[in-house]
Amino acid sequence: MLDSTDAHVVVEGLVKRYGDRTILHGLDMTIGRAETLVVIGGSGAGKSTLVRHLIALERPTAGRIVIDGTDIASLSDVQLAKARRRFGMVFQKYALFDSMSVFDNVAFPLREQTKLSEKDIREKAMTKLKELGVDHAASLMPSQISGGMAKRVGIARALVMEPELLIYDEPTSGLDPVTSRTVDALIEEMRERFGVTSVVITHDMVSAFDIADRIAMLIKGRVVALGSPAEVLAVDNADVQGFISSSGVDVKRFEHRGNRKTAAELAARARERKAGRAE
Amino acid sequence: MSDDEASKRPGVLATVFAPAKGLLEEVGTLADLAFHAVLWGARPPYRVSLVVTQMEFVGVQSIFLVGLVGLFTGMVFAVQTVYGFRRFGAENMVGGVVALTLSREMAPVLTAIMVAARAGSGMAAELGNMRSSEQIDALETMAVNPVQYLVVPRILAGIVMVPVLALVFFLIGIGGSWAIGVWGMSLDPGIFADRIKTMLVPADLTQGLIKALVFGFTVTLIACRHGYYASGGAVGVGQATTRAVVWSVVAVFLIDYVITSMLTTV
Repeated sequence: MLDSTDAHVVVEGLVKRYGDRTILHGLDMTIGRAETLVVIGGSGAGKSTLVRHLIALERPTAGRIVIDGTDIASLSDVQLAKARRRFGMVFQKYALFDSMSVFDNVAFPLREQTKLSEKDIREKAMTKLKELGVDHAASLMPSQISGGMAKRVGIARALVMEPELLIYDEPTSGLDPVTSRTVDALIEEMRERFGVTSVVITHDMVSAFDIADRIAMLIKGRVVALGSPAEVLAVDNADVQGFISSSGVDVKRFEHRGNRKTAAELAARARERKAGRAE
Repeated sequence: MSDDEASKRPGVLATVFAPAKGLLEEVGTLADLAFHAVLWGARPPYRVSLVVTQMEFVGVQSIFLVGLVGLFTGMVFAVQTVYGFRRFGAENMVGGVVALTLSREMAPVLTAIMVAARAGSGMAAELGNMRSSEQIDALETMAVNPVQYLVVPRILAGIVMVPVLALVFFLIGIGGSWAIGVWGMSLDPGIFADRIKTMLVPADLTQGLIKALVFGFTVTLIACRHGYYASGGAVGVGQATTRAVVWSVVAVFLIDYVITSMLTTV
């Protein structure tokens, strides 16, 4: 159970209806600071709808989303724009701007949200592209690169602002296994280095068990399992067990994750770093 | 038919009033988008380079097409007016009549239709594609208001460039009618020009420019509305593009009547 002071995101009784179709049936969950929560579930379970609410791209029919103590549905457009500066999102369909080069896509949030010089923007954007292994494509347009490269550019764009809350919508879909593990490592690195809170939606169970502090499993708009990977594996629910076994994941993999820092340790470090910056 | 199916079937009243309800919803959505465009347009940052890019797209790239349509409209009008006016020996009035028609009606209306067909459809398709590929969501998550970034520059470009294009249409149309009237149908060039000078007053040009400005706003707003709220992938984007052009043309004729009624004293 999370200490309430460590709660970064709190979802309370979240209901979403489109007409007479109910997508989310009163979800409750708390995501701790510097925690990586992986949301799994079959197609149509409501995973994407959930993350769209977390970043206020959708307004709840009922319930609320509280981030850093603020109900984001109650914010005005201007307040929401300010709050979003602390969020980042990696989109399932990359969402790169067609009219800009790869470099300009990554530089875009820096140009929009910071007062950095063009030289610093160039340096930061190129560093991030290099970390993702796509710096050679900086001058190309999104239509000239492969899907896997576009995914990595999308991740670079989300990471370049070093946000406090990062939401990944299927970050490894469409990537080869080697690149998928690189992306997992990057998600881990953001957590370790910057104490970033991450919410990851994925079908990739290897990725889920590799990076999750906790896993939430959604079925038909309801949370049927929520806990550490070991707890989710032990859940006595036919749907959960069926989903995990049919994914073919080797459940022993995550037994080797003993050296991982806890979310609480990372959150404390992030707070110290923030206090240091403020001084 | 089962009871369940029967209960899901819309009632008679709902069926009868469905088109009216749809129209009201459409007007409401347009008003909401226009309100937000005004609100966000007044707020910094002012994205001048995006407005200039859109002005180039709406205006500069449409000049050839608008000029060509203006030329042929002027030429056709000259032929038809000479044909009609010769019946009662009034062909000397052709220059003035063509100038009046072009300035008050043909230039703003046909320019707006050309812009709706060329630039409006392009805007709806581009924004629709950005919506379906999550680019508009991406803007929002990067704390950039999509209405301010995408809609405001397009509407401003329409407001500025449609009157400019209408003026181009008018001038080239006059040139076309003069060429056909004077060279092709042996009208006196001096009388042709004199009738334009005496019959055309500044209020005629002003009315045309006011119409063009309102059409520029309306056509770009409708295009943005259909692209911005497009859904349903490639099919949805195609339908949004079609709807943008159809509704723009209908709106142009409807607004034309309203403005003409308001500004014309008979």
